[in-house]
This record gives sequence, structure tokens and C-alpha cells, in this order.
Amino acid sequence: MSILEHNGAAIIAMAGKDCVAIAADTRMGLRQQTVATDFEKVFKMTDSVFVGLAGLATDVQTLRNTLKFRLALYALREEREIKPDAFAALVSHMLYEKRFGPYFVEPIVAGLKPDGPFLCGMDLLGAPVFTEDFVVAGTCTENLHGMAESMWRPDMSPDELFETVSQCLLSSVDRDAMSGWGAVVHILTPTGVTSKKLKGRMD
Amino acid sequence: MDTADSSYSYSLTTFSRSGKLLQIEYALTAVSEGKTALGIKARNGVVLCTEKKFPSKLVDRAAVRKLEMLTPSCGMVFAGVGPDYRVLVMKARKSAQQYKLAYGEHKPIRGLVQDLAAVMQEYTQSGGVRPFGVSLLVCGYDDEGPHLYQVDPSGAFYGWKASAVGKNFKNARSFLEKRYNDDVELDDAIHTALLTMREGFEGEMNEHNIELAVVGTDRQFKVLAPAELRDYLDEAN
Repeated sequence: MSILEHNGAAIIAMAGKDCVAIAADTRMGLRQQTVATDFEKVFKMTDSVFVGLAGLATDVQTLRNTLKFRLALYALREEREIKPDAFAALVSHMLYEKRFGPYFVEPIVAGLKPDGPFLCGMDLLGAPVFTEDFVVAGTCTENLHGMAESMWRPDMSPDELFETVSQCLLSSVDRDAMSGWGAVVHILTPTGVTSKKLKGRMD
Repeated sequence: MDTADSSYSYSLTTFSRSGKLLQIEYALTAVSEGKTALGIKARNGVVLCTEKKFPSKLVDRAAVRKLEMLTPSCGMVFAGVGPDYRVLVMKARKSAQQYKLAYGEHKPIRGLVQDLAAVMQEYTQSGGVRPFGVSLLVCGYDDEGPHLYQVDPSGAFYGWKASAVGKNFKNARSFLEKRYNDDVELDDAIHTALLTMREGFEGEMNEHNIELAVVGTDRQFKVLAPAELRDYLDEAN
């Protein structure tokens, strides 16, 4: 089993009309043994930037803390919050710095720019891909890709987006042993963030 | 601070009995012996200007540059010891490029100024080195608009609406104080800069013995070519 599959994860981010959603499961296991059902994988960086980290749990937590540290210094120096593109560039740079001993994490950056949603997915070495519709990461990316590809449509409202993202995630994790056991969805709009827990199969 | 070939591990800049750091005072004296440089912040941009006089006609003017770009939207000029200035330009440019590599964006002027100031302060408190003999005028245009900063050999930095450093700085500053207002447009600021420059100029001022740069709402730092300068000079006459 690849080291990226040791703990298990399913993360998806989707763009709507002037809104963006990012959702993840909450399982953390040691191979087949489930250990936690409340493990956070999506983190708020600023009011308009969220990051989802899929992969080895220890690196998820370390990277989250390192990013928090970097952003705190950035905010103090620049006297402003970081923008989504600059944040994605920062994560990419941080990952590539560890090119020959990488963090086993595949991040997803979801943000809201003044002119619309921002989505970015990366591999563990920091190679970014920018999309207008959705990005996925984790142990059931084939499932997530299939669900998102068929369910995504442009210009969804925040409510429609929530429904779509939730159904994509829940259906995908149900066919993956390593992810599931609870899920959480965050919807970012210009007026604020709403976070909801999803009720799914606890197996 | 690595000073491999020096047996000094203590600073050469130490306090006098009266609480002064004489090395910094002397550095400021060196600065005020240098050729005048000035900067004016307009409502929609910033202008930097300096003298570019040489001891002989044989000097190739085009090969020397005092107004240097740090990022596409940020540039600076100095008064004082030229070689010291070059070192700071290189450090600032490297810092700007490192930022670009990490964040994919140009380093904002404030960050650059803080970096430069930190380096200059370091050289007043490190072993075996002397302070930089330059005062810098840094200009830039970012999301918050136009900015003009001055950085001194001590590492202190100030935000200015208009300032001058070097030989004629006191007169230049009072001249600027009289003429400055917050609503001045970039073209007027260039005009004022040229007039101020001419006040203390020895001999005839023309497009070959001054250097002038602007950064406007296009956020592009640009050193004016002699031909463009000629047009502004003709207007000022």
C-alpha cells in the first residue's frame, strides 16, 4: 500500500457562481483499522482561502501548522491577508523545497477572489493544476472524478453547490474502504462561510 | 555575520559617552557630501531624480546608472558612496526574486524597504563592518497607491510625500515644502522635481547630467530617456 493511502482521505472542492465549496471525510485510520471519526482535513487559512490536505496524517498536521506559521508572519509583514493565488504558489513552493524527501500530502486550495472562485490541486511535489470546475484528492479520486464530472454544472448557487458537493462526496466514499466515517462541507461566499456536517454511512 | 578574514568579532560602531553612534553620524556626513537626489510622491505616481555629473567629458554617461529598478513597480536612487549603493541594490533585487519564487507575486515596496533597512541596521551592529555610506530613496506603486520611502545609514526608514538627500538636501527640502500639495499630478511632480534640482545645480542642467524615473498608475518603474527628459526640461524653462 502506498504511504499516501495509509491513513485514508477524500477531499473535493467545487466552484459555483461567486461561491466555492470544499468538503472532506473525517476518517483517520491505521490501514484497515479506523482510529478517529472526527479528523480535520480542511483548514481555514483566511476568510477567503481554505486548504484541504489529503495524505499521511502526520504530514497533514505538520503542513497545517507550518502554513499557519507562514501566514501569521505574512500578515504581520504585509499588513494584509494573503490572496488565494499567492497562497497556492506558497504551498507549491514549500512542497518542492522538500523535493527529495517530500511531505506525503496532496493539497487542494479553494478560495474566493474578487472576480470569482479559485481552485487549485497539487501533487505531493507541488505541481499545481488550476481548474474552473472542481478538484479532488485522496484515496478514492477515481470515484470522486466520476461523480464530479457527471454532477458538476456551471453557475450553481451556494445551495445547489452544497447539494452537489455533498452527494459527490458521500457516494464516492461509500465505495472506498479507507475514507468516509463522517464528512464536513464548507461553503465560501462573499458574505461569509457556512460549515455543515454530513450524515453518511459510518463504515 | 561571517567575517572570515577578520579577527574582529565585535562591532566597530559603538556608543560615545554622549549616547551617539559616531560611525552613523559620520556616515550621514558622507551622504551629505554626495550628489543630490530627490523624490516626490504625486496623487497618481512617484518621481525620483538625481544629478549625474562626472569629472571628465571622457566618461561614458550611458554606462552608469544611478536609478535602479528593484521590481517592475519599484525603484530606488541614492546619495553617498556609489559602491555601497550597488551592494544594497543587489541585496534588494535578490530579496525581491526570492519573494517572487515563493509567492508568485512582486514583493511590495514596504517589504523591500523593511529588508533594506534591516540590512543597513545589521551593518551597524555586526563584527568588523562599517555602516553603509548611503541614504536611499525608494519609490513604488502597489495596491495601496504610490509610496516614497527614505532609508538612512542607521537603518531608520521614513515614508515621505517629498524628500531630498545629499549635498543640497536642506535647501531642496524647504523648496519642496513650499511647493508641495497632496493633489499634485505626476506631470506636475516631474516639473517640480526638475525645478528643485535646478536650484542647487552648478552649471547648466540638461538631459545628460541628470537622471529621472517615474512610476505611475501603470505600476511600471521607468527611467526616462534623454529625449523624453529634454521635453520636460523645455517645459520647465
